[in-house]
Amino acid sequence: MKKTLSILFIIFYASYGWTRPLSVDEVAPGIFVHFGKHQLPDTINHGAIANIGFIIGKRCVAVIDTGGNPDEGRALREAIRKQTDKSVCYVINTHVHPDHIYGNSAFKQDKPRFIGHHNLARAINSRASFYIARAPEQLGINLTEADLVVPDKGVKKHLVIDIGDRKLMLTAHPTAHTDNDLTVYDQQTDTMWLSDLLFLEHIPIIDGSLKGWIAVMERLGKKSYQRVIPGHGPLVTHWPEAMQAQHTYLNVLLKEIRIFIKQGGFLEDAVTRIGYSQKNKWHLFDDFHKKNVTTSFAELEWED
Amino acid sequence: MKKIIWLIPLLIGLPALSQAARDEYAWNNELKEEFFAGKKIIESNDVIDIEVPYRAEDPALVPLKIISKIPQTKDRYIKRILMVVDKNPYPFVGEFEFTPQSGKADLAMRVRVNTYSFVRAIAELNDGSLHMAKQFVKASGGCSAPIGADLDAAMKRLGKMKFKFGDDLQIGKPSQAQLLISHPNITGMQMDQVTRFVKKSHFMDKLTVTYNNKPVLTAKTDIAISADPNFRFYFIPEGKGELKAEFSDISCETPTSRKVCKSISSYSKSQTITP
Ligand SMILES: [Zn+2]
Ligand SMILES: [Zn+2]
Repeated sequence: MKKTLSILFIIFYASYGWTRPLSVDEVAPGIFVHFGKHQLPDTINHGAIANIGFIIGKRCVAVIDTGGNPDEGRALREAIRKQTDKSVCYVINTHVHPDHIYGNSAFKQDKPRFIGHHNLARAINSRASFYIARAPEQLGINLTEADLVVPDKGVKKHLVIDIGDRKLMLTAHPTAHTDNDLTVYDQQTDTMWLSDLLFLEHIPIIDGSLKGWIAVMERLGKKSYQRVIPGHGPLVTHWPEAMQAQHTYLNVLLKEIRIFIKQGGFLEDAVTRIGYSQKNKWHLFDDFHKKNVTTSFAELEWED
Repeated sequence: MKKIIWLIPLLIGLPALSQAARDEYAWNNELKEEFFAGKKIIESNDVIDIEVPYRAEDPALVPLKIISKIPQTKDRYIKRILMVVDKNPYPFVGEFEFTPQSGKADLAMRVRVNTYSFVRAIAELNDGSLHMAKQFVKASGGCSAPIGADLDAAMKRLGKMKFKFGDDLQIGKPSQAQLLISHPNITGMQMDQVTRFVKKSHFMDKLTVTYNNKPVLTAKTDIAISADPNFRFYFIPEGKGELKAEFSDISCETPTSRKVCKSISSYSKSQTITP
């Protein structure tokens, strides 16, 4: 009976061109997260791989990341509609990566304020032409400039927004995962939405600064949170223990690359030799590890 | 039976598809004419070869090596190597001039590769003959775009240079030097939704390395060179001497045209060497 019903639903949604709501978990009162899968963005998942979600206040809803394509954004919007009639007043983007921002255009109709790190607009603008050009072959979707919504408000350091008896503290971090990472802290439930500043199971991706990321982690590691939401991986209830794997991975890179550079080693050799002790600890290691070594090597060359 | 009939066009279709991804249309119909109008180019790996990863893990930073197969002698030497990435928005990567004093016309650098493309190097010998080597590169890297990771850090140290040497500096023998240049090499490929950002390109356009005032490497470069340009090249130490690098940068109105550009500044760095 249940099966027939859900098939009917699919037919119903499909035939009316409506979007099925995205599956979300209520991880704390009023905080909903859709947990992504550890996959490479491709033409089958269309880039919908990241953890995204929303927080409901007394007055309105804050969306935190919108997904890997406009359809995922629309499905997230439907998921919100299933929970509340309150309007979406903020769309917060945690950083520039496609799996977190490509759903932005789905929320334009709600006329929210789009908020991001003060470097986010620059990052979107400088990557836009490349992202738009690659979307069809890489993700099997068509994107336009209208889909890449730049924030109306850039956060320099901190910004507190109120969604109705619920204050969210936004923090812009120095260069770490990218040069535009923003976190969202919900005081009411002591929940920290770290997004891609924390990877679990899925190999961390360095697209900013290795040293910067370690520094940000060490600062966050001194704090206590009841709950932490990573950009990729399951909900965290043991902080800071949960960041240990990522901390180890980044520090192995730092240590081994420094030695390699001191010994006069070259980039093309570093990528085949460094960090392989960490290989079986991560999903997608073969897909991103060499890129991580490359980015880090280029950074550490300028240390002295 | 029906199945087999269906399979035939599929099987014929497959190689055609993979060919399409590796096409050389841009080179054969535009680029060759643009750079070498009316000239004969020999395609072989006898003079130079290219080493580059088949799968580029980071499209912003693809390590690329040109390996010369002939020594730089007074009678016969590689005078110039031109590099092109067929499918980049601005395919010209750079033009590098060598002399017999270079010792060896090997060159390593890091380039931006926008998509699946052939990367090619054409060497011109002092007798005027042209020799081309090419490699196919699959640029992947998922979320990363072919720009630098940390623009602010690169801007802060813009113009800084460093030389590095191995332990094998030998008098009278071709020896390798590495030159690290700090420059964001901004492509200028920005979207113009927000006008407050610079949309102009800003990149290193000329580089000269001399050893005891004699040119070792002279280059014209463009936006396909990665942020923080990095070159490895050869020279022949003659006892105590001075290696000197000078470069200049320019800014152009659009990323894909070099008609309206203005020069910004020039930078230099010298280092005394005692092999
Ligand atoms: Zn992500
Ligand atoms: Zn990310």
